[in-house]
Amino acid sequence: QTVRGKVLSGDDGGALPGVSILEKGTTNGTVTDGEGNFTIVVKDGGTLSFSFVGYATQELQPANQTNLTITLLPDIKALSEIVVVGYGSNQKKDLTGAVVAVKPEDLNKGVVSSPQDMLIGRIAGVQVSTTDGSPGAGATIRIRGSGSISANQEPLIVVDGFPLDANAVTGQSNGLASINPNDIETFTVLKDASATAIYGLRASNGVIIITTKKGKEGKPQIAYNGNFSLSSPMKYVDVLSGDEMRSLTSELLARGDVPGLTAQAAERQGDANTDWQKEIYRKAFTQDHNVSVSGAFKNFPYRVSFGHTNQDGILKTTNFQRNSLNVNLTPEFLDGDLKVSASFKGTHTNQNFGNTGAVGSAVSFDPTQPVYNGSTRWGGFFSWVNPPSATTMDPNGDPISLATSNPVALLMQTDNRASVYRGIGTLQIDYRLKFLPALKLTANGGFDYSSSKGHNNNPTNAAFTYASGIGQLNDYTGENKSKLLDLYANYTKAIGKSNLDVTVGYSYQRFDRDGSSFIRNAAQTIFSDNSLDAEGNPIPRQYISNPNVLISFFGRLNYSFNEKYLVTLSFRDDASSRFSKDNRWVVFPAVGLGWHINKEAFLSGVSALTDLKLRASYGVTGQQDVSNNPYPYLSTYQSSSSTSQYQFGNAFTNTYRPQPYDANLKWETTAQTDIGLDFDFLAGKLSGTIDVYQRKTSNLINSIPIPGGSNFSNVLVTNVGNLENKGIELTLNSTLVKTKNFKWNVGVNAAHNVNKVTKLLKTEDPNYQGVSAGAIGKQQYIQNIQVGYPINSFFVLQQVYNSEGKPVEGLYVDRSGQGGVVSGSDDNKYRLHSPQAQYLLGINSRVNYKQWDFSFSGRASFGNYLYNGIQAGSANYANLYQSIGFFTNMPAAIRNTDFYTYQAFSDYYIENASFFKMDNMSLGYNVKPMLSDKLKARVSLTVQNAFFITKYSGIDPEVSTGIDNNIYPRARVFMLGVNLTY
Amino acid sequence: AYAYNTPADYKMGLAKLYASFVVAGQSGPGADPDISNLDIGFGIYLRGYWNLQELTTDEAVYSWTEDGTIHPLHWQTWTPTNTFIGALYTRVMLTVAYCNEFIRASAASTNTDVKMYHAEARFIRALAYSHALDLFGNPPFVTEADEPGSFFPKQTTRADLYAYIEKELTEIEEGLGEPKFEYGRADKAALWMLQAKLYLNAKVYSGTERNTECITALNKLLSRNAYTLSTEYRHNFVADNNTSPELIFTINHDAVHTQTYGGMAYIIHGEIGGNMNSADFGVSSGWAQNRVTPEFVAKFPDTSGDSDARAMFHTDGQKLEIDDVGTFTDGYAVTKFTNKTLAGGSAPSGGSIDFVDTDYPMFRLADAYLMYAEAVLRGGAGGSQSTALDYVNAIRTRAFGDDSGNINAGQLTLSFILDERARELYWEGHRRTDLIRYGLLTGGDYLWSWKGNTKAGAPTEAFRNLFPIPAFELAANPTLKQNDGYPGGE
Repeated sequence: QTVRGKVLSGDDGGALPGVSILEKGTTNGTVTDGEGNFTIVVKDGGTLSFSFVGYATQELQPANQTNLTITLLPDIKALSEIVVVGYGSNQKKDLTGAVVAVKPEDLNKGVVSSPQDMLIGRIAGVQVSTTDGSPGAGATIRIRGSGSISANQEPLIVVDGFPLDANAVTGQSNGLASINPNDIETFTVLKDASATAIYGLRASNGVIIITTKKGKEGKPQIAYNGNFSLSSPMKYVDVLSGDEMRSLTSELLARGDVPGLTAQAAERQGDANTDWQKEIYRKAFTQDHNVSVSGAFKNFPYRVSFGHTNQDGILKTTNFQRNSLNVNLTPEFLDGDLKVSASFKGTHTNQNFGNTGAVGSAVSFDPTQPVYNGSTRWGGFFSWVNPPSATTMDPNGDPISLATSNPVALLMQTDNRASVYRGIGTLQIDYRLKFLPALKLTANGGFDYSSSKGHNNNPTNAAFTYASGIGQLNDYTGENKSKLLDLYANYTKAIGKSNLDVTVGYSYQRFDRDGSSFIRNAAQTIFSDNSLDAEGNPIPRQYISNPNVLISFFGRLNYSFNEKYLVTLSFRDDASSRFSKDNRWVVFPAVGLGWHINKEAFLSGVSALTDLKLRASYGVTGQQDVSNNPYPYLSTYQSSSSTSQYQFGNAFTNTYRPQPYDANLKWETTAQTDIGLDFDFLAGKLSGTIDVYQRKTSNLINSIPIPGGSNFSNVLVTNVGNLENKGIELTLNSTLVKTKNFKWNVGVNAAHNVNKVTKLLKTEDPNYQGVSAGAIGKQQYIQNIQVGYPINSFFVLQQVYNSEGKPVEGLYVDRSGQGGVVSGSDDNKYRLHSPQAQYLLGINSRVNYKQWDFSFSGRASFGNYLYNGIQAGSANYANLYQSIGFFTNMPAAIRNTDFYTYQAFSDYYIENASFFKMDNMSLGYNVKPMLSDKLKARVSLTVQNAFFITKYSGIDPEVSTGIDNNIYPRARVFMLGVNLTY
Repeated sequence: AYAYNTPADYKMGLAKLYASFVVAGQSGPGADPDISNLDIGFGIYLRGYWNLQELTTDEAVYSWTEDGTIHPLHWQTWTPTNTFIGALYTRVMLTVAYCNEFIRASAASTNTDVKMYHAEARFIRALAYSHALDLFGNPPFVTEADEPGSFFPKQTTRADLYAYIEKELTEIEEGLGEPKFEYGRADKAALWMLQAKLYLNAKVYSGTERNTECITALNKLLSRNAYTLSTEYRHNFVADNNTSPELIFTINHDAVHTQTYGGMAYIIHGEIGGNMNSADFGVSSGWAQNRVTPEFVAKFPDTSGDSDARAMFHTDGQKLEIDDVGTFTDGYAVTKFTNKTLAGGSAPSGGSIDFVDTDYPMFRLADAYLMYAEAVLRGGAGGSQSTALDYVNAIRTRAFGDDSGNINAGQLTLSFILDERARELYWEGHRRTDLIRYGLLTGGDYLWSWKGNTKAGAPTEAFRNLFPIPAFELAANPTLKQNDGYPGGE
């Protein structure tokens, strides 16, 4: 019989071209034309299958129908998607917690040298911010605001079931840089306590679970992915040129009020016009190659990949190189009852850290001086020398140790490199009992081993090492080890309309850290980090292996009734070796509830509503990573280096210092409440999530000032305060258009978080000004932590302005009414804004048109403020000349204030650093498949850090500390990408 | 658990107690500091002690503004939030805490060496407490009985603390080494000096004169004949001053092994400025900080040093008068301390000239002579006027190079002694205590430039003879009461 018909889309009722139609069990088939029409001849009783990407496949037996109308419904696979959660996985529809799973193909496609970079701006309530622009830089990740003051605030990161050490090995700026982003299959972010509590003592800041790509059944597939990119500085700090500097000098000399600046001193200036920032930066090239082979050898799926990255930084000499190998084997035995998942990730990174001190000194170095002055003693570089008389600038004189160092010399005379090997291996065995298939037993073991070796050396002709002993040799090694064993059992059972899913288990993890360092001057006479043995020979400083052990019992119960009502109960009983035996075990419980409202009868008629789920959860989690000291509750002693010895008789004795400790130290506890709504209209046409949460952290760890005589420092890490984060998150994803040739997706996420300290001291004290934070100089702090305010609020003096709106130097509002020198009393300071954003917004979109695709990803941050430390610190005239004999450059913004002296605490320097950043824009072209459709190719062009909009006057508004003080600048990157699969 | 197994381990613990006066922490000059949230230099014991003892008097004026709270030391307008008062307070109490730990750890040892270390630790604690007694009067009081933790130490009174230190010194006397048994170690002579100092100021501390006890302690010291005045005055202040026969107790510095930006490095770098050449002093640079007031200069017959060699001033390019506290060239500069050797050579350690080898002369024989003379004049028994006169003239003969500066019995008065102490011991950390003993630090009986925040000098309040308990300490320990006169005190 001949069947004719038309295929329509359930999305919009429009015709659907290109739908495959196949007679089942045969090779007989066709596709719909441009109008969605088709004609096919089938046997009587034959079944037709209609399939199209993004739609659920439909089958039917045509019975002499010649005018069929078939409506294909969009695939709602998203709901049955398997989401990895701690110690198991779940279908998305069965989750009661705030859990977000994303795949790298949906994420940022820029120069991503580390996994964190991919999450920038993509998930509501997850703020990812790279530390700076250096190659291989780390990033800070904050899930739902800052949950602590001095304890670790990073989320727990679990890679293929292995929780990683929060601290990178010495010599690596970013621990996650040893995971090749190209190998990542999914990121799952656990935000609320219902989801995280199963990680107990490590879960307070959220959890990110990363899984890597596994082999799939089928023929071997070979993929190549290569990127070539060019980075260049986006902006320079606007400072005075050599000519401007010289004319300012004559101006100030005439006024005669810069101490020490005499006509004679002015002769120390040079006649050059050096743009020091241009001297230290460069256009930098990066290449990145990844090759993978995946498939299955019979029942033995495998995936092997190799990656190579070589990234030059825009600051001269800086470089990051990584070679990575990732192997995943996932065989099954005993008819699938025994599943094995073995993985190994091996990386070797080589990093050249350069000398980032050059960033700041390029801003402040005198532009009238040349880079080179032919000095024979200092490698040809110009450096400030001590004046026997004011005018003499003997190129080979003794350097002024307090003067700014020649930025180019800092770079060229520094050899600061480290090499790190890391291997992470995991082996997971799942066994389903033959006689009780509802029960699955899992054993998961693994190791994570890193070993590093590095040095930071300066030659004897480096003038900037003169003060510390002429030349420097610094060798160090590091070793981090971690071992894991998880044993757990999972039981699933359906009883009528009830579904039960129970997991109970045990976990053991141990972390060991080791290392050594050896610092001496080139003449090997000064050992600033090392003790000496009885013969006076230096002993490399050993960082003693300080294991941290975590032992836990955990459990989770998922119960659902009629696929409508969901309950999740979880607990973890945790012990950490960081705390004393009397004070070690703690139970973290959580409960989560879910309700698929759309499945209720009263909504059954609303077909547009694919899903509507209300969630609520409450739970308690902890944070045990409270101090760098692995045993903060124990008395320990610190030995001195050879530069802090004491002389008895004619011998120098090392010293032993008792270290401060609190025997009763405890973990931080966070109680979190979350109410959320997941919705999905027209199967993905518009889907999203709204969450409202409150996180209350108590027993907050802080380093607080302690009474004199009570311990071995003036501050002690102890449990003192309470902190609260409240917020709301919204995520919207929409497929605006979906036709055969044209597809347009948009994703938007928004988050609002309010952070407030609610308690700080053990005792109430109305006069307590809070804890100082944010060091900007000698005993000078620009931030403050105080009850009732966000942490790290700026703590400043209120600037007085004249009638023209110009700040009046040194004149501040006497807020306390005490009179006297207003700037001399902290009582006159007030808390103004904080570096934390009030609102975060992310937007991303992707358009596919035929073989072309275009995507972008951007984000905005509102209500985050910055202290412009560069301007505050150097834009003052008195800074021009230091009476010990050197000049300092200053930002051109000096003309906005005309300040004479350093006004460190003026609120003038607190600037609104809200911004919108277009993180990347990418245009791609998919070449038509070649070699009988086997070879697929894609070429893309990407601009990373395309542009940003901000009112902030510095070069980049994104500084996570809130203090803009010469960070390694982020670069704009143009990248060409090539993907090949065969 | 303590880190000590062998006597050598104990010695390293003991070394920390001494080092606490001079280094910032465990990795000099600045890394791994003992005190957090504080400038590395400010947090050093000797730098803080020197600032409070000298900047509050006619002996020193400081130029830099530092965080705005250093000039109030000259003006006697300091408040409980003063950084420098807070810095020293913190360091004194920390040193006490370190001593307590060592005293606990070494209490049970029967080893002869360790027993002596134990006595020395008690001496160091008594020394630190004597500073607390002198500067703060009523500090919190902790001993080896108080295990470290998070608690509120109870406040003591000045009289009780005085009695405690006196008792401690008496108890440990026998346990200490004989004079000069090892350079840098506190021996019996150091103890006698501390006792003498305590008794000489007993009226201030406890309300009762104890001049006889002062003389008793000094007689023990002087009768040993272990010390002699060095031939040259300046021998006590040079890079190799460890060779001076006059030094009784020093805080040791070394440019290689004991690197610090406080202590003598501060005093030497800080005295150099204007057109002085730092190379002449064996250091890398001048910090252009401290000078003297004209009132102090006036105590010398002339400023050249030709008559009295102790007048070690640099006047070229410097004004005598101080119009602006913040300008280094206002006020005569001082050349007393140097990192060159007595013979004019480079510092023996050969280390970086950012740091110095010159040891801090905490107690020296000339001070013992002058204390003896003062205690006799104040009516103490056990000494004689003629011996007192001999001692004073021994000092003056050295200063003048002959007997041209000698005085007669009639000239030996208490006020002469005070001035002589200034001439002999200036910039060695004694001046504030001396002026208080004479009732001249505060009030209007003696004015000098910028006292009371006017150029001519103005009277100040008597309660400023004691520093306040720092504001942060009152916040951290609400059981403490502020010293009288300050906000929160009576």
